[in-house]
Amino acid sequence: MIRLEKLSREFQVGNQVVHALDEVDLVINENEYVSIMGVSGSGKSTLLNILGLLDTPTSGDYILSGINTSKMDDDEMAGIRSTKIGFVFQSFHLIPRLTAFENIEMPMILSGIHPKERSNMVNFALERVGLTDRSDHRPEQLSGGQRQRVAIARSIVMEPDVLLADEPTGNLDSTSGKEVVKLIEELNLSGLTLIVVTHDREMGERSNRLIRLKDGKVITDQSNT
Amino acid sequence: MRLKDLLFLSYTTLIRYPLRTIMLLIATSIGVMAVILLTAVGEGARDYITGEFRSLGTNLLIVIPGRNETSGGGSPAGLAGLSPRPLTIEDAQSLSQIDNIRRIAPLVMGEAPAQYDGLERAAPIIGTTPEFLIIRQWEMESGSFLPGASMRYSPPVCAIGKEIKSELFGDDIAIGEWMRIGDRRCRVAGVIAEEGRTIGLDVQKAVVIPVALGTALFNRDSLFRIMVDVENSSRMDQTKQSILSLIKRRHQGKEDITVIKQDTVLQSFDNIFNVLTMALGSIASISLFVAGILIMNVMLVAVSQRQAEIGLLKAIGAQNKQINNLFVVEAIMLSGLGAIMGLILGHSVTYALKVAFPTFNFLPPMWASYVSLIVALLSGIVFGLLPARRAAKLDPVEALSGNK
Repeated sequence: MIRLEKLSREFQVGNQVVHALDEVDLVINENEYVSIMGVSGSGKSTLLNILGLLDTPTSGDYILSGINTSKMDDDEMAGIRSTKIGFVFQSFHLIPRLTAFENIEMPMILSGIHPKERSNMVNFALERVGLTDRSDHRPEQLSGGQRQRVAIARSIVMEPDVLLADEPTGNLDSTSGKEVVKLIEELNLSGLTLIVVTHDREMGERSNRLIRLKDGKVITDQSNT
Repeated sequence: MRLKDLLFLSYTTLIRYPLRTIMLLIATSIGVMAVILLTAVGEGARDYITGEFRSLGTNLLIVIPGRNETSGGGSPAGLAGLSPRPLTIEDAQSLSQIDNIRRIAPLVMGEAPAQYDGLERAAPIIGTTPEFLIIRQWEMESGSFLPGASMRYSPPVCAIGKEIKSELFGDDIAIGEWMRIGDRRCRVAGVIAEEGRTIGLDVQKAVVIPVALGTALFNRDSLFRIMVDVENSSRMDQTKQSILSLIKRRHQGKEDITVIKQDTVLQSFDNIFNVLTMALGSIASISLFVAGILIMNVMLVAVSQRQAEIGLLKAIGAQNKQINNLFVVEAIMLSGLGAIMGLILGHSVTYALKVAFPTFNFLPPMWASYVSLIVALLSGIVFGLLPARRAAKLDPVEALSGNK
């Protein structure tokens, strides 16, 4: 489902070229549960950004569901992000002035889905993350764990194929962190491809497949069974 | 994205930052209010002036000595310093032959000292006939206007304005008293109630005397002009021609007078004041552009403040165009709401001014409301566009990590 071929991403920092990703070859299949680990600067965030079509590679190809994304324009990439990819961020990225319900509704608003249909899907997503009773609370009225669950509900409301999570438990205490991990693992069990970038060794070891990056290269790629 | 959602999202940002929103609304509304107020003043002035003229009656023809026409280069007469042949009282009298003429008021004007009981004032003097009262539609406060004797001869009487009456006579009764005007004496017949200005002078300060006394007082034959009240206004042009040919005959075949219709004067004043109002309106709309620039400035700040949000919207599938629209709609909402506030404010203030100063009619013209609303919306769009573009072009990765 995801195939990277000799994918590189370079950044110009001052007069120096930094290879954030250096000719990475990678295949991730449908319904996999992959965690990506590495120290800061290893390129794991860049990899996640490219997988999520937020960033474009300097060279190489990224084929998603058989489509080569390298030649897509901004709007086409936005379309793919809308329908096929869900994001979960370390800092939640909820819109503070909107309620939980409206935050979850956002991707559907952007893609112009009818309000009636939206309401059903939002309620379903809220139910899945167990926050039905918090639907009209604003982010500031929710705990960290609840906020991340709202963010997860938002990421799955468009029923994407892939869920990309960037340190999803990084801003949470261990109890709510565990709840969040449990939730995204359940989503993986129900068919979603899950790719998690993490510092957390424990979380890395829970996944089915652990990829370690160093200096923009894949150094280990092992399956945990 | 649906329009309703777009409006809702922009609305939530306005509610979220109330101070910012209120400031921008005030800025825009002041701009719109300025347009309404200034055009109301201009339009009010136009209404006042044309109203003054209209009160003279539209049946009015004005005969002025001299030919109002450019003669090719310097005519011999002009070079010799010859003034046009004067228009005399006899000329005025002769106009009564023309059948469509109802009233004739010849005018002599000047300034002379008016004296009574040791008090003296320099007063504007109008020499005319009783018809002048009717033509000008003046009312008398007390006593009577001029006696209806012939133009050539009249007893020495005068009617005086309210101000000159109180200055010379105080609270005493003026009627029947003899006062001195220049080197002549006249008896006060009445006090004029009128308060406005006429033909460039303040009625309250004026002394009106019979025209024959006027020509004697100023020692000149020529009339300042002759006002003619026409019976049937549909025959205005014909009457004008009759006057021209009659005076021409009396002036040895020289057509050396000008006859103007009240309409023409009215029309030119109307035009002048329309231009004035538009000039005032355009000056005021500069403040709308200032408000627009303010909106742009604040929107640019908003874009950098909301970087993370823009990054997020992109991550969950927003197209650049949609981000652009969100910010443009926000700017339009700010300018539009501000404009509506300004319209309400502007019209309420003009209404209040109308109540406070009933003599001057403040008339905000309809077009000023439309134009200011459109200019405000346009400046919202134009000045919202740059920040919106900047937001749309943000790199999603940088935006997401920009600020939380």
